[in-house]
Amino acid sequence: MRRIFESPVLREILRPLGQIFIFVVGSGAIMSAFMLLLAFLMRGGAVDQLTLQNYGFDLLTYTIINLPQVLIDGVTIGFVYAAIALGYTMVYGVLEFINFAHSEIFAIGAFIGVELLIFLQSAGRLTGVSNTLATVWLIVAVIAGMAAAGAVAILVEMSAYRPLRNAPRLVPLISAIGVSFFLQDGIRLVESLTTGQFYRVIPTFGNFDQRVSLASVPFGSEVIDLNIQIKSIWVIGAAILMLVGLNYLVNATKLGKAIRSVAQDQTTASLMGVNVNRIISLTFLIGGALGGAAGVLFALKFTRIDPFVGFFPGLKAFTAAVMGGIGNITGALLGGIVLGMLETFAGSYLNVYTLGAFGAEYKDILAFAILILVLIFRPSGLLGEQVGQKA
Amino acid sequence: VGWLNEGPRPYIFTSLYIALGSILVYISPRSMIAFLIFISSPMLLYYMKIQPRAKVILALVIALVLIPILGVRNIFYLETIFQISVFAALALGLNIVVGFAGLLDLGYVAFYAVGAYLWAIFGSQQMFMLDAIPGTASTSTEFFLPANTFYLFIFLGVGLAALTGILLGLPVLRLRGDYLAIVTLGFGEVIRVLANNLDKPINLTNGPQGISPIQRPTLPEPILEVLRAILRPVVGHTVTIGEFYNLFFYLAALTVILVVILVVTRLDDSNIGRAWTAIREDETAAIAMGVPLVRMKLLAFAAGASFAGAMGVLFAASRTFVSPESFSFMQSIGVLSMVILGGLGSIPGVIVGAAVVVILNLQILQGLSLYLSTLRQSGAVIPIINFAWKDLSTQLDPAKYQRMLFGLILILMMIYRPAGLIPAERRKRELRANNKNGPSEHFSDPDLESPESGDGIT
Repeated sequence: MRRIFESPVLREILRPLGQIFIFVVGSGAIMSAFMLLLAFLMRGGAVDQLTLQNYGFDLLTYTIINLPQVLIDGVTIGFVYAAIALGYTMVYGVLEFINFAHSEIFAIGAFIGVELLIFLQSAGRLTGVSNTLATVWLIVAVIAGMAAAGAVAILVEMSAYRPLRNAPRLVPLISAIGVSFFLQDGIRLVESLTTGQFYRVIPTFGNFDQRVSLASVPFGSEVIDLNIQIKSIWVIGAAILMLVGLNYLVNATKLGKAIRSVAQDQTTASLMGVNVNRIISLTFLIGGALGGAAGVLFALKFTRIDPFVGFFPGLKAFTAAVMGGIGNITGALLGGIVLGMLETFAGSYLNVYTLGAFGAEYKDILAFAILILVLIFRPSGLLGEQVGQKA
Repeated sequence: VGWLNEGPRPYIFTSLYIALGSILVYISPRSMIAFLIFISSPMLLYYMKIQPRAKVILALVIALVLIPILGVRNIFYLETIFQISVFAALALGLNIVVGFAGLLDLGYVAFYAVGAYLWAIFGSQQMFMLDAIPGTASTSTEFFLPANTFYLFIFLGVGLAALTGILLGLPVLRLRGDYLAIVTLGFGEVIRVLANNLDKPINLTNGPQGISPIQRPTLPEPILEVLRAILRPVVGHTVTIGEFYNLFFYLAALTVILVVILVVTRLDDSNIGRAWTAIREDETAAIAMGVPLVRMKLLAFAAGASFAGAMGVLFAASRTFVSPESFSFMQSIGVLSMVILGGLGSIPGVIVGAAVVVILNLQILQGLSLYLSTLRQSGAVIPIINFAWKDLSTQLDPAKYQRMLFGLILILMMIYRPAGLIPAERRKRELRANNKNGPSEHFSDPDLESPESGDGIT
């Protein structure tokens, strides 16, 4: 037993799995407890009356009945954020630089994956396929998205960031904002030239839209049906695979060691025989590929994409990365899950709890409010260590 | 060029150039080339070796006589020049934050929105519709405040925007620059989301539909009569009240620009300006020299924000309509790209940057759009690849590709000319100093040190 845990391979796989489990269960439990407490405290109030009137349940029952679905949705979107946040955190860890264009890399991945699926559909390959084949095609689309996004990420790094590597911090950041804007319109240009419209909808195929019933829990007179869409399972599974894979790559391989050494000190790393430029390119490739995969998964989950689709997920993923401690892979995971949970809870309950005064639209504000709070009280993030400013 | 700059020649040349531009625009009001010649004359004026007093007189002639006359003749140019002056004022405000203090503010338009919504809410009937569902209330009610409180609200806009800037700045200005960028970006989005959604508990912003009509200050009728009489023979038609309002807001924006320039030049040579430069160049060293970091950053942040607030009030009144769409992230980046294009910290540079971006946006991209649509209708075919223009997607409208334009400006300027088209005086001085003392790590001198040569990591 002991030997198993001493093997670095298993340790680097089991540890993140354990962390994921703890983070999901922990944040879910805390949020649920908070919601239930709030519902309990607001018993008999105006909100309670109105809920009873509108839905036929009191507030507490309403909260409990919706809770499982909110948790499942929260975990799903949380994993998407975590997968995108990996790209930000990898690049920040190595270069101390916010890759603003990562949200567009994500969008490019989504577009390539969706275009491939649309092409397959028009070629008749997606109609009436077995579930296994559908899954294979999805995996192909994800890989295509990863390849394209990774390639674009490297291209962007070489053309827009590398010439500015020794410039003051704000210079590459401004360049990255430029790349982000350029790519948004670049995608739109290509899409409108080739298809005549600039948004795309992922074709429905396979069994991804079906729901799997996990359990039915009787609750009073109601039966809470716990179910999850098959595509959500795929999203969660793929995200976990990416997180564990990246963790393994960075912490247990030679390449990972090189990446960590470049992150610590570029000059010394190069003296030790590490090809710094290559490692930086590889970092962008890995981060971009993960972002591309997240893009295809995002398209699968939310079906419609447009060239600006990356902006909000990108910003929230960045918030997640900062919240967890930027430069820290586990932190990105934690931040993503917590942010996904918070957002879904706000999106589902805010309207009811504020008597309809504040709608789900405010969940976007919530993410920034959290970002500001984190930066005020714990700028290094939940898991990050204090880093001094590089002189 | 040297030959032109001796003795009386620059005076003659500049006057001739201005006259040529004016005449060209006057006789062919639709020609873009004529407009470009005319609009470039202030730049020529800036560069020629002319006594400051003569420069001021010529500039006043251009700004107060030529532009109004030519603008009223072709109202589209007046719109372009109005937009240039609005964005120049905004860019000068952002320049205080980004160019002088080195704080990257990606949500600058939020302060503009604060000013715009301030006047939109108090200068319209909105205060009477707080309980109404958007779009249902009758619009025949009276206005909440008299129209001329507009002038008061310019100052209130300054105050409110500065206050917002301080409130946002207090928690985040301690942070490193790149975090500040993201937080300000987030703040910009927050303001937009609020403007979009604050129609619900009470109808404050009227939601996505925006607020209209918004009052404009009254113009004194006797003066208008005199101006009408003067302008009528020159422009060839009776000047309408709408055109007078365009002129009025153009002059108002010009006034704001002058105030910004005055404030900025005075500040730049003061303790505050030097503190900002110190912070921009090296925060740690600035602290060590006793610069009160957070206070100075807050000052820069609030100063930049306050000008945006004033311009917001002006914008709301000039358009008589505000909606959340006008305050998107893209607008913030647009203003930033003007500052970057012109030159961080350089006042003439930023104005030129604003002019170039607005002209690209309003004239060149839209001109291309128009050209493409005529090609589409003409049934012409690209010869070699045999592509019929009418098959070109109608989605491909160059006027909609502003993001690409802004993006390209930001990338190319950062890589090839980070100090901008017209580098700031201070940077030029640094360049000379660097020449003597050998290369430094300063980024504003790409000629001395190619960025690739860095620390030799391969």
